[in-house]
Amino acid sequence: MAQKLFEGDACAATSSYTLGRIHSVETMGTVDGPGIRFVVFTQGCPMRCAYCHNPDTWAVNAGSMVSVEKLLVEFESNRQFYKSGGITVTGGEPLLQPDFLADLFEAAHAAPRGRIHTCLDSCGYAYDERHPERFDAALAATDMVLLDIKHADPAGHRELTGCDPQRIIAFGNEIARRGIKTVIRHVIVPGITDTVEECEKLGRLIAPWRNVVGLELLPYHTMGIVKYEKLGIPYKLDGVPPMDKTRIPELRDAVMRGMRAGRAEHRDAYGA
Amino acid sequence: MQEAWEGFEGGNWLNEVDVRDFIQKNYTPYEGDESFLVGPTERTTKLWDDVMALLLKEREQGGVLDMDTKTVTGIVSHPAGYIDAAHPERETIVGLQTDKPLKRALHVNGGIRISMQAAAQHGYEIDPSVVENYTFNRKTHNAGVFDVYTPEMRACRSAHIITGLPDGYGRGRIIGDYRRVALYGVDFLIKDKEAQKASTPQVMTEENIRDREELQEQIRALGELKMMADFYGFDISKPAKNTQEAIQWMYFAYLAAVKEQNGAAMSIGRTSTFIDIYAERDLKNGTFTEEQIQEFVDHFIMKLRMVKFARTPEYQNLFSGDPQWVTESIGGMGVDGRTLVTKMSFRYLHTLETMGTSPEPNLTVLWSTKLPTAFKEFCAKASIASSSIQYENDDVMRVYHGDDYAIACCVSSMRVGKEMQFFGARANLAKCLLYALNGGVDEVSKKQVGPKFRAVEGDTLDFDDVMAKYKDMMQWLAGVYVNSLNIIHYMHDKYCYERIQMALHDKHVHRWFATGIAGLSVVADSLSAIKYAKVHPIRDEQGVIVDFEIEGDFPKYGNDDDRVDVLAHDVVHQFMEYIRMNDTYRNSVPTTSVLTITSNVVYGKKTGATPDGRKAGVPFAPGANPMHERDTHGAIASLSSVSKLPFRDAQDGISNTFSIIPGALGKEDQVFFGDLDLSGDIEIENVVPCCDCTDSSAPEGACDCQ
Repeated sequence: MAQKLFEGDACAATSSYTLGRIHSVETMGTVDGPGIRFVVFTQGCPMRCAYCHNPDTWAVNAGSMVSVEKLLVEFESNRQFYKSGGITVTGGEPLLQPDFLADLFEAAHAAPRGRIHTCLDSCGYAYDERHPERFDAALAATDMVLLDIKHADPAGHRELTGCDPQRIIAFGNEIARRGIKTVIRHVIVPGITDTVEECEKLGRLIAPWRNVVGLELLPYHTMGIVKYEKLGIPYKLDGVPPMDKTRIPELRDAVMRGMRAGRAEHRDAYGA
Repeated sequence: MQEAWEGFEGGNWLNEVDVRDFIQKNYTPYEGDESFLVGPTERTTKLWDDVMALLLKEREQGGVLDMDTKTVTGIVSHPAGYIDAAHPERETIVGLQTDKPLKRALHVNGGIRISMQAAAQHGYEIDPSVVENYTFNRKTHNAGVFDVYTPEMRACRSAHIITGLPDGYGRGRIIGDYRRVALYGVDFLIKDKEAQKASTPQVMTEENIRDREELQEQIRALGELKMMADFYGFDISKPAKNTQEAIQWMYFAYLAAVKEQNGAAMSIGRTSTFIDIYAERDLKNGTFTEEQIQEFVDHFIMKLRMVKFARTPEYQNLFSGDPQWVTESIGGMGVDGRTLVTKMSFRYLHTLETMGTSPEPNLTVLWSTKLPTAFKEFCAKASIASSSIQYENDDVMRVYHGDDYAIACCVSSMRVGKEMQFFGARANLAKCLLYALNGGVDEVSKKQVGPKFRAVEGDTLDFDDVMAKYKDMMQWLAGVYVNSLNIIHYMHDKYCYERIQMALHDKHVHRWFATGIAGLSVVADSLSAIKYAKVHPIRDEQGVIVDFEIEGDFPKYGNDDDRVDVLAHDVVHQFMEYIRMNDTYRNSVPTTSVLTITSNVVYGKKTGATPDGRKAGVPFAPGANPMHERDTHGAIASLSSVSKLPFRDAQDGISNTFSIIPGALGKEDQVFFGDLDLSGDIEIENVVPCCDCTDSSAPEGACDCQ
């Protein structure tokens, strides 16, 4: 059966790149990386985070196929808006499509009208540490990573996302090894990740990664619930209230404290 | 040189009325920040408190504090009025529309019955002798128009395919160059007008007779202006000598205009940089302190906030409120590359802080990517704090109008004192499309309003067939529309002439003939649906198409998709071509606008279901906006679709109403590590506050922020 093409993408048939499976694009992304960004939402995700506000991007066989050419044409037609921004690929989970990601980011870097800043928003779970070569090209063309750490505690992580955090840590190590500038993101959910202890633990977890340039604590909100109702998926966090934003600075301090402590221990242990 | 001009650099402005030349020779561009700003003074705060109390009382009384029902307004109709009559010295800038603050004046030249309605709405009754006089002895603009309207024009009017025609209210959209009064004094301007009158041709053609009569009316109005200032104890026959006088002279001229005209938009022009020249001189000479200068500005802006008119509920429905459109254009860039931002640009915007936010005057920043960074940052801060600043694209408009244009109303740009506009409401192009389908039969009233062309046949709409019929119908509509406007502006000039505003224009005025379009996105999506999906018309028992069934999907305007954006572009261009095929009153140059900012609701209410799936009575999108919830690609794609519309054809303005929650503009909280985080043991390599430090998308040197 013929694949559904993204808005009659005329370039898809003759594309010289790997096609991407995407959910949608957002031409004015202001919260996924620096500046104003052209945001591509990929379709398909291996995780099932309880608070995910894009459950419509979970199914790996939905969405539509798009060519790198089509995306870059859309970017270029509004390039002046993206002067201090660039392209962000989010999802879904972009690392499920490493070849498409590599092609898009390489083409963005080679854009004839000037290099386009590339940003990958990922949970890291699709990374396979046994086959790092599969991700080599994509990561080589990635200027910045927004890495979601869902929970600092392995058991808590499994409970919240249905997945083991091992692959995510491996991915974090890999981008640290490559020195890709990274912003750590962490959703603060009342009763789950809103404790000082959990946040300090997160700090210790990310302490070894010297490539981390920013930290973003996202207060949990309930705006995604509507989508669950539409899709007929039960909502696991039913009844959990939105996170009180005023507590964020305190928790951010906790993460920073954990980070400092982690680095100090590291220095003591290795005499850095 | 006159004493008042001492210290100014001379130029052509000394010999003839040339305010731009005066500004260019004398102004001081300011690239610094807002740290010099002071105020408000205690006097300002107390005075503004008094005005606020009056405004509150006005609201409590249902919208009107007091209304004049006996004295027909004019430049010299009322004695001096003050906010606090017992203590006039509290106001550094004086002058009210009537003898009391917020007391609405009685304007009748536009139409006596409309004035009666406006009064009755607020529980007042106009004095019977005035009514009698303006019914039997003195004809009004409204009476003149309806004497001449054809039955077809009346039918189009009541079917709302043409709506909002200024046949019962002042057309506005004329900006007198009020600065001239400050720079030259009234006597110089009278002499200039007398010379203009003396230089008209000898042969008394109808046109020449009208010109001469108008020039004499202008001279008379200038004389009345002097008299009005005299009521307040000022002699404005000579040029203003300092900042306070310059603002006062200028405000008197504007006051004369609003006493004479209840225009739909009574904009003030582009005054801040002009006034700054006086302020710079006074600061240098020690005549005034910064605090005093801010006080003059505050008191001036306070007066502009108090401008009010008596209007009917219908008018307020059409414009969704009671706006005066006292638009002041601020900043912009000069054609020589220097910025026109001065300290006074900051002082004007600072009034939003000294006296709190206000929708009037409509402070409009002429935005250029080249504006000084400190000013841009100040604007951003002031916008966040007040939500009361309008921004318009100087880089686009400067190309057409040079660097001494101003905005009338919300977006109509015109060179101050050199161009004026005949304001012309809107044609409902969505309804016009339905007329094309129904052969001129109105889908709501079922009356034959348009010409009896052949209606579409069959149960699926064919794009080429519809387009051909639509073009015919647009051509007809453009004809009725332009000719209605010709009548209106003829009668407005005859019975409701803007004497003082035109006295502050050059002799040879470039006149724009403004038209407007409503329902553009509905039309674009409808044509797209007909072209890319299958649209089946649903007819009622009389055979009139009243609804549509759409099969399949189609590209929608607002997603940066050329397939449909080009349809929107072509409709604007095509309609404008049809407009241009008609003769326009006084050789005015036709233009159009796509900017129904609030009346889109009214237009939608009167329009049946459309082929894009919009149901009958549903509001249109405002201005050139994509239809609600049809843009799925985010804001930039939506803006891009709008930006493809041809400004060349819609020079009177294209508006895109856009609201966005603060959170969607970026992160409220800190993301990247800053100095605080760096204290202690954390060492961060590669700190990136934003990516343009290192891997900018823009080629080198192309970024505005550098």
